[in-house]
Amino acid sequence: MPKKILTVKNLKKNYHTDNDEIVALKDISFDLFEGEIISIVGPSGCGKSTILSIICGLENKTDGIINIENNKKVGYMLQSDCLFDWRCVFDNCMLGLEIQNKNTIENKKYVLELLNKYGLKDFINSKPSELSGGMRQRVALIRTLATKPDILLLDESFSALDYQSRINVSNDVYNILKDERKSAIIVTHDIAEAISISDRIIVLTKRPATIKKEHIINLTNKTNPINNRKCKEFNDYYDQIWKELDYDV
Amino acid sequence: MMYSKEHILYLNKKKKEKIFIKIMQLSIIIIFIILWQLLTSFNLINRFIFSSPLDIIKTIIKLFKTNNLFHHIYITTIETIISFTLSTILGLLFASFLWHKKTISKILDPYLTILNSLPKVALGPIIIIWCGAGFKSIILMALLISLIITIINIYQGFESIDNNKLKLMKALKANKKQIYFKLLIPSNISNIISTLKVNISMSLIGVSMGELLVSKEGLGYLIMYGSQVFNLHLVMTGVLLLCILSTIMYYLVCILERIIKNKRFSQF
Repeated sequence: MPKKILTVKNLKKNYHTDNDEIVALKDISFDLFEGEIISIVGPSGCGKSTILSIICGLENKTDGIINIENNKKVGYMLQSDCLFDWRCVFDNCMLGLEIQNKNTIENKKYVLELLNKYGLKDFINSKPSELSGGMRQRVALIRTLATKPDILLLDESFSALDYQSRINVSNDVYNILKDERKSAIIVTHDIAEAISISDRIIVLTKRPATIKKEHIINLTNKTNPINNRKCKEFNDYYDQIWKELDYDV
Repeated sequence: MMYSKEHILYLNKKKKEKIFIKIMQLSIIIIFIILWQLLTSFNLINRFIFSSPLDIIKTIIKLFKTNNLFHHIYITTIETIISFTLSTILGLLFASFLWHKKTISKILDPYLTILNSLPKVALGPIIIIWCGAGFKSIILMALLISLIITIINIYQGFESIDNNKLKLMKALKANKKQIYFKLLIPSNISNIISTLKVNISMSLIGVSMGELLVSKEGLGYLIMYGSQVFNLHLVMTGVLLLCILSTIMYYLVCILERIIKNKRFSQF
C-alpha cells in the first residue's frame, strides 16, 4: 500500500478586490500517495493553479488543511519554462540549489547526470535561446528535480508547446517522474494529456471550485503517455470527463 | 567557408548599403560645414552673428596656445564624470530601495513625478544661495537633472520584471536579496545600460547648465563668457566642444555596454 504524502482537506480560498470578495475554492479535499501522478482538470479560471500555489506556499489559504508528510520537499514547475537567458543550461539547472546553498560537488554531479540522462549533455553550456521548446521544458524540469523534491507540482507546464512537442515532452516528463519515483500533481486543461499521464484525475466545477468527480485511471497495457492514448478505455474516460466539464462551460 | 553566388551577392549588397549610409552621414556634416563657410565668406550671412568654421578653428588654436583649451575640457569632463557616477550609484540604490519598500514607493510616487517634471534650472538661484557659486552648485544642478530620471527609469525596469520568473524564485524559496542579485539585476542589465546612456547626456546638460550659471571655468563658462562679450566664435567653439565631448562620452558608455553584454552573467 503506497504511503500518503500529501493531504488537502476542506481547502478554501477567497480573493478580495475593492468591490467584491471572490470565492475561488470552496471545499477541496484529496490525498496524494507516494509515486502517484494526479491531474486536476476544470473549466478555465476555476482555481486549478491556485491549489498548486497554496500547496507550494506561494499563496495563503483562507481555510482548510494542507499537510505534507514528514516535511517532504515540494518542487513547482510553471507554464512558461522561465529559464534565465543570461545563464547557460547547467547554471539554470543549478539555480534552485544555489538559492538553497546546496551548491556542492555532489549536487553538481547529480545535475550533470540528469542532463546526461535526459539528452541534454551536448547543451550544458548552451544558452536557453539555442534550445527548442521541448528541450527548454526538459531543462526546466531538471531545474525542479535538481533540488530533489518528493512532490512535483506542474502548472500547465506543457501548454506553451506546439501539439507534437507537447505529446513528446509529456512522454519524457512521465518517464522522468517514474524513473525518479516522484509524486506529482499536474494542472492541465487538456483532457487527453490528463488521461494519458495520470493515475488519477480530479475534475473541478467552475468557480467557486469544488471537486465534481474523481477518476481512477485504469488502462489496460498502461506503458507511457503516447501508447496510453491507444488503450481501448481511453475514449470512454475522455467522453466522461468531456461531459463533466461541458456542463460547466 | 564556401558561399553560393546568391549569398555573395547578398553580402555585397549589404556591404554597399552600409558604406552608402556612412558616406551619406559624413556628407551631411561636410556639406553643412562647407555651406556655412561659403555663406559667411560671401557675406550672405553675418559672420559676426553666425561665426564660421574657419573662425571656430582659429578660436580653438588660440585657446590651445593660451593653455585654456584642455583646461576647460578637463573641468567639464571631470564634473560630468563625478555627477554621472554619483547619479548612477545613488539612482540605482534609491530605485533598489523603492523596489524593496513598496509602501514607501507608493508614498513617494507623486513627489518623484513632480520633481521629474520640474524645470531644474528654476532651482538655480536657490542652489547658488545654498551651495555658493562654485563646484558644489554645478554638481548639485547636474545631480538634480540626472538623478530623478535615473531613479524612475531603473525602478520602472525593476517593476516590469516577468511575474512568472518572480514566482519561480519564490517557489525555490529565494529571499529578497537572492531575488535582487540573481534575477532583478541581471534581467535589468539592458535597461540599466540604456539609463546610463540617458544619464551621461543628462549629466553633461546639468554640468553645462551649472557652468552657465555659476562657473569661472569649463565649456559652459566659455559659452556664457562668449555671449557676454559678444564673441560668437567662442560661443560656437564651446557648443562644438560640448558636442564632441558628449559624443565621446556616449560612445564610452556604448563600449561599457558591449563589455558587460559580452561577459557571462553566470555569477549572478
